[in-house]
Amino acid sequence: MTTFTVPTLAQMNASGEAPEVLFWVGCAGSFDDRAKKITKAMAKILHHSGVSFAVLGTEEGCTGDPAKRAGNEFLFQMQAMMNIEVLNGYGVKHIVTTCPHCFNTLKNEYPELGGEYKVEHHSQFLNGLLKEGRLKVEGGQFRGKKITFHDPCYLGRANDEYEAPRALLEKLDVELKEMRRCKQNGLCCGAGGAQMFKEAEKGDAEINHVRADEALETKAEIVVAGCPFCNTMLTDGVKNREKEEEVQVLDLAEMIALSEDL
Amino acid sequence: MQFLPNLIFLALLGGAIFWFSKNVGRIRRNILLGRDIDRSDNPAGRRANMLRVAFGQSKMQARPIAGFLHFIIYASFLIINIEVLEIIIDGIFGTHRFFAHYLGSAYDIIISFFEILAVATIITVVIFWWRRNVGKLDRFHKPEMKGWPFKDANIILYIEVGLMFALLNMNAVEENFASSEHSFIVSHSIAPLWSGLSENALHFMERFFWWIHIAGILAFLNYLPFSKHFHIILAFPNTYYANLESKGKFANNSTVTKEVKLMMDPSADPFAAPAPEDGAPVEKFGAKDAMDLSWVNLLNAYTCTECGRCTSECPANLTGKRLSPRKIMMDTRDRIDEIGKNIEANGEFKEDGKTLLGDYITQEELWACTSCNACVQACPVDIDPLNIIMQLRNFATMEESSAPAELNAMMTNVENNGAPWPFSQMDRANWINE
Ligand code: SF4
Ligand code: SF4
Repeated sequence: MTTFTVPTLAQMNASGEAPEVLFWVGCAGSFDDRAKKITKAMAKILHHSGVSFAVLGTEEGCTGDPAKRAGNEFLFQMQAMMNIEVLNGYGVKHIVTTCPHCFNTLKNEYPELGGEYKVEHHSQFLNGLLKEGRLKVEGGQFRGKKITFHDPCYLGRANDEYEAPRALLEKLDVELKEMRRCKQNGLCCGAGGAQMFKEAEKGDAEINHVRADEALETKAEIVVAGCPFCNTMLTDGVKNREKEEEVQVLDLAEMIALSEDL
Repeated sequence: MQFLPNLIFLALLGGAIFWFSKNVGRIRRNILLGRDIDRSDNPAGRRANMLRVAFGQSKMQARPIAGFLHFIIYASFLIINIEVLEIIIDGIFGTHRFFAHYLGSAYDIIISFFEILAVATIITVVIFWWRRNVGKLDRFHKPEMKGWPFKDANIILYIEVGLMFALLNMNAVEENFASSEHSFIVSHSIAPLWSGLSENALHFMERFFWWIHIAGILAFLNYLPFSKHFHIILAFPNTYYANLESKGKFANNSTVTKEVKLMMDPSADPFAAPAPEDGAPVEKFGAKDAMDLSWVNLLNAYTCTECGRCTSECPANLTGKRLSPRKIMMDTRDRIDEIGKNIEANGEFKEDGKTLLGDYITQEELWACTSCNACVQACPVDIDPLNIIMQLRNFATMEESSAPAELNAMMTNVENNGAPWPFSQMDRANWINE
């Protein structure tokens, strides 16, 4: 990204500044090529909206979510304590993240271990910016486009947030076509509970293929996700059904960045 | 001899209550074999949840047709039971239609209303029977439903029809009495069926149906603790003690917290950690057997009505994997029941070489879960199969190191590089300049 720099918290701290919000990038957002695009889109929106933000950079570590869901409570708490030490050291109060797994873990599982912050998923934070008038979104290139939204389990069922992403999509003037299973009944993409990191057990179908079928059933041109893991799973599912030419899989942040030509 | 029927009735009632209490006591003991967990917080929220989910059946309505039909049976059950009170009073004191003396003409209206409910129940039960036995509803025919669970579901339907049938015919016979004082809406129309009988035969048949009805109710009561239908009672405590926090919040193990804090604190005195008391068992992480689970997990297991709503929403099950959240609950119940019998036979639990993880639930089932919470969301009585799955995973990973190899590799990466992939921590911010 050449137009602006993303400061780390260490840099800001050194110059005596404190950001309004910490952007928690997460492992996928830092290392996965597809997810990095989401990270960049989010950074652009934050910059464009004049939000003073920073990232932890090399001081960030896995929240421990996949370790905990794989049964390793010890490793999870080690990760949590290390992250909390860093976060508390900088006096972080407010965190935004594009990953619902990081969101859930930071929000629900860190407080008991000493890490108490206001934690928001990017759909929630961006809605806040819209309400405050700091971010203005117009339909742009997506006006009237038929899209569908896949609820991430860790944003939806796990934390009862179904409206924030939909409110953003409404601003884009898209035609939202819900899938047969949506909101509380949304079907998982297949990545949660550490499944992302292993082959599935023997069965007669892959979960992400089934979910891609449900998305394709809506005849949407764009499948919108709010999670880097869902994004990977759905992209893979759409490819498997050989529909990648016609149907795009995009994150909420990418939709907004694209519509604003950021 | 005049009091013989009263005495028989009292004996029957007393026996039924005794057996029922005994079996409820057994289940209570089994549930309390579970690990302790604190659910004493937020009583107001808990009451509200119980009223909404158990009393108000809110989650049943996610499937409107089944929800509506179930509501009919549920409402009839609650309301018709008022009449059971009258039957018990009549039975003990030898009175006849005790409430009629106090309610006057309202009595006929009320009983007529009950009769309408009885007919609605019969119709609903027939639909339910059809759905289960003839219809092709997938969730009623999964592997875990073979044998007893399938029969159990039908038995209750037969009992319900039998009870309603006895109730209606009892009233119909009575309308033919020379001394008849009552006429109720439904039984009035079937009364002619019995009109050919002599007065004596009529009185005999009326008593016959009366006894069938009350004996059936007491049998039903005593059948409950052996059946999935125990949910009509346990749904209430189960929703009261349900998890009210975000479904994504998994509990942090406090023993682990202490250890981790000690490890992270450079000034900590390594000898300050209290050594486990002599003879005290070393705490085991996670759950291997049913007794390692919490009492809420075990209460869940006895509450499960085997409806399969969880399994029919489970992404793993939908794609042909062995995992079925309903089976997780049924296995947990069957195992803790087995442990209870073992305790009864031996005075205390005698090692039987079996465990929940391994003999009932396989690793293959365990590792197919995506922790998506669809099962928890779907359960009409707030059961949490995912919580059991996670405790079994804790045991498999932390005590047995038997997690799938790819997950072990992922965890090694987290441990070494702070990410689930083998990338260097130092490259975390590379995206900024790419
Ligand atoms: S949480 Fe696990 S068991 Fe429950 S529905 Fe999801 S995948 Fe199935
Ligand atoms: S756990 Fe709940 S949803 Fe699943 S079978 Fe039992 S009662 Fe039904």
